[in-house]
Amino acid sequence: MNIIIAGAGKVGKVLVRQLAAEGHALTVIDQNNRVLEKLVVQYDAIGIHGNCAAKTVLEQAGIREADLLITATNADEVNLLCCLTAHGINPNIHTIARIRDPEYAEQIMSMRDTFPLSLIVNPEKQAAMEIERLLKFPGFLRRESFAKGRSQIVELRIDSNSKLKNVSLFDMGSVVKCRVLVCAVLRGGQALAPSGNFILQEGDRIFVTASTSDLAQLLKNLNVSTRRVRQVLLCGGGRVSFYLAGLLEKDGISVKLIEKNPDHCLTLAESLPNTSVICGDCSNQSILDDQGIDQCDALVSLTGLDETNMILSLYATNRGVPQVITKLSREESITIAGAMNLGSVISPKELCSNIIVRYVRAMQNQTGAAVSVHTFADGQVEAVEFLVDESTPNCDVPLKNIRLKPDVLIASIIHDLKSESPNGESRFVPGDRIVVVTGQRGMLQQLGDIFI
Amino acid sequence: MNIKMMGRFIAQIVAIEAVFMLPAMAISVIYSEWPAVKAFAVTLALMVAIAGILYAICRKAGKLFGAREGLVCVALSWIVMSLLGALPFVLSGQVTHYVDALFEIVSGFTTTGASVIANVEGLYRGILYWRSFSHWVGGMGVLVFLLAVLPGSKGSGYAMHLLRAESPGPDVGKLVPKMRQTAMILYVIYIALTVINVIFLLFGGMPFLASLCTAFGTAGTGGFGVYNTSLMGVSPYLQNVTTVFMFLFGVNFSCYYLLLLGKLRSVFKDEELRLYIGLAVACVIALVLTIRPLYGTLEETIRHAAFQVSSIITTTGYTTTDFDLWPSFSKVILLILMVVGACAGSTGGGLKCMRVLLLFKGLRRNIRQTLNPQKVMVVRNNGKAVDEKVLANTNAYLAAYVIIVVAATLILSLDGFGLTTNLSAVLATFNNIGPGMELVGPTCTYADYSVLSKLTMILAMLAGRLEIFPILVLFSRSTWKRS
Repeated sequence: MNIIIAGAGKVGKVLVRQLAAEGHALTVIDQNNRVLEKLVVQYDAIGIHGNCAAKTVLEQAGIREADLLITATNADEVNLLCCLTAHGINPNIHTIARIRDPEYAEQIMSMRDTFPLSLIVNPEKQAAMEIERLLKFPGFLRRESFAKGRSQIVELRIDSNSKLKNVSLFDMGSVVKCRVLVCAVLRGGQALAPSGNFILQEGDRIFVTASTSDLAQLLKNLNVSTRRVRQVLLCGGGRVSFYLAGLLEKDGISVKLIEKNPDHCLTLAESLPNTSVICGDCSNQSILDDQGIDQCDALVSLTGLDETNMILSLYATNRGVPQVITKLSREESITIAGAMNLGSVISPKELCSNIIVRYVRAMQNQTGAAVSVHTFADGQVEAVEFLVDESTPNCDVPLKNIRLKPDVLIASIIHDLKSESPNGESRFVPGDRIVVVTGQRGMLQQLGDIFI
Repeated sequence: MNIKMMGRFIAQIVAIEAVFMLPAMAISVIYSEWPAVKAFAVTLALMVAIAGILYAICRKAGKLFGAREGLVCVALSWIVMSLLGALPFVLSGQVTHYVDALFEIVSGFTTTGASVIANVEGLYRGILYWRSFSHWVGGMGVLVFLLAVLPGSKGSGYAMHLLRAESPGPDVGKLVPKMRQTAMILYVIYIALTVINVIFLLFGGMPFLASLCTAFGTAGTGGFGVYNTSLMGVSPYLQNVTTVFMFLFGVNFSCYYLLLLGKLRSVFKDEELRLYIGLAVACVIALVLTIRPLYGTLEETIRHAAFQVSSIITTTGYTTTDFDLWPSFSKVILLILMVVGACAGSTGGGLKCMRVLLLFKGLRRNIRQTLNPQKVMVVRNNGKAVDEKVLANTNAYLAAYVIIVVAATLILSLDGFGLTTNLSAVLATFNNIGPGMELVGPTCTYADYSVLSKLTMILAMLAGRLEIFPILVLFSRSTWKRS
């Protein structure tokens, strides 16, 4: 597809990388020539220098032939204007806009006829919702749902006292006493596709698929704490914090928010009545001690600096906070973080670009296309959900008789609202949903792609 | 530096060269030229072995591939390609010295057309075809071809470094977002124009093989002929057809792409194209005025003037008359055209009209700024501001260009020929033209130069075709340092 991306910022860059890997023809518009130059040399895309909301620039970028426009500049207004202008030139174009201001987002949703937007993304809000989900269902570092929540892929870390330490995958079933499937292991920053005799070690991060009911069993048998979160400490008062505090207030969780800037503290305190806003510099650990880090059930580091967030989370883990969540923005820090015990890692721009990539795939082809796509293990592994229909090859054939491409694993089959972790005898029939895990990103566009 | 990745590219280049050599071998088989068949067979076997071994060693390459790798990779693959491509000449026994064969094939791949072989008509036809086909291959660039045919690793932009290093012009960009499609569009235009050229030549009664070879020489703006006297002996129709097609191949290929898209206005408003056409017309008029007494009819005068201008400005190097006999004013005009060269993004060589344009515009700005130092000025091309980096690179290019011309002329003078001969030999090889003046004029060859001079000219040809920097980078110590 012909895709135009306006704004080569953090989100724009991730989008270019992901969409280029999937073979789309990309045109990037930005006002900074140097950023463009770097991007064009690094990825297979063409760069247009100029203001993306200007008609001439859009026409130069080939808006008439484009199928999709994604606006991710740092100004909501520019994003909106760009989408409106584009829609005026080419009424058939799909438009995705990044809108961060909550007021705008609401009015755009309620005035759909006036604003011709196909999708609105808000990375900070998405991140806040993701964190809220993790806090509401504690125990896992990360949790991705498929098939409307019937099947899950969760991330666990093997600690020094874990029951799974030095256990081979063959014997795992007898330890956890429920049916689960390990679909990927992240060891030393490298994602591995494990076989049965793979032995888990301390420090591994494993990705497990299971039905939702088996997950509770898994946590129980592993003695992972699933204490309900009642008290949360948020470090940093940025947009994510603001959204998150609002969400947690509604859930009845008590929130303490630490922010450096006194004026900003005042605004936050005004709009978040049930949150206790503390004015102080959270890179200074003593304030965490004063504010009762030992009593809180979870700590979320959300400052603007990745480094500060890492240190904060390390400190919290050392002090024995049961659940720690770290926000990281730069790709490099996410790679480094894999080696450290930072709890769950959240990257707003990755979340945002995952949503957009999902939309692009859904747009691209309707039959046999991926229903949803999730990336995990620092973006090295991808889980894709497909709908099985009559045209799917190998229907009703036991899995042991199907030849799959290398590095492809069928992680879950959802049949009649029940999900099962497949073994050699499992089979899928039309109407089922299956979740496929692969280490090669962008390779699986259609269900047919998984077979040799 | 990512040596393995470069090794893999070179392996692929050698494999492609082997494929390109097959038709030449087939022609030798058809004409029962057994020594040539044997030479091709041995070369092919060697190529397959080298490509296979190199590929096996370098199969698992890292992903890092920057501008440095791009430059070195392009330079090395051209050198390897030439070293192997020269073998059939020696193995078939038609050229005695390897350096001569190397000179011949480098002259082919770089679309120069300077030859050390006096009796072209005595060559095996397979060899003759290979020699001309090397022009066609080198004209658009083998790596560009590689980018067009290889699915490549999806999405990564490292191909940009290769395209930039191999394509002529100060500011290389893509036509469409995808690299592979860009490369394909370029090759489709190239092949289409070549086929049309062949058809026109066949209409003029030229034999099939000769039409093919002449069209290859025209398309790559090379200039290896199939006759000892270049195109002096063929009919006026064939000469005129070649005049037109040489000129067409000197135009920036993105202009053709824009034409296909129906954007006529932007093509005709292109400043570089205007300069190219304007310069050619002006030079034809000036030449007609000065050489009128040498020829019988006005038609003949115009035909020869137009042919020579088209041949020299596009750096092809076909000739229809011995321009060495022209008055010196006319010869200097040709020398100037040699330096200017064709448009950026074409198959031609030389400085390129685009660079000349930028140099003059930059100079004008500097003069105005001297008069009013506070004035802020931007250099514009086609109404758009030109990036200062591009201007700086253009100036650096000119500096490198002058230094190489001076150094090469100095080395060539060791052989004791006259200044005009040496200077024109350097200009003709460095700008990828072919024939020079006096002892290396249209009716002579480069055979009399010493081995050292030939090696110098080989490097000059490569430097000229690859726009200097890829070759210069090979000699820079920091290229080979670990970073």
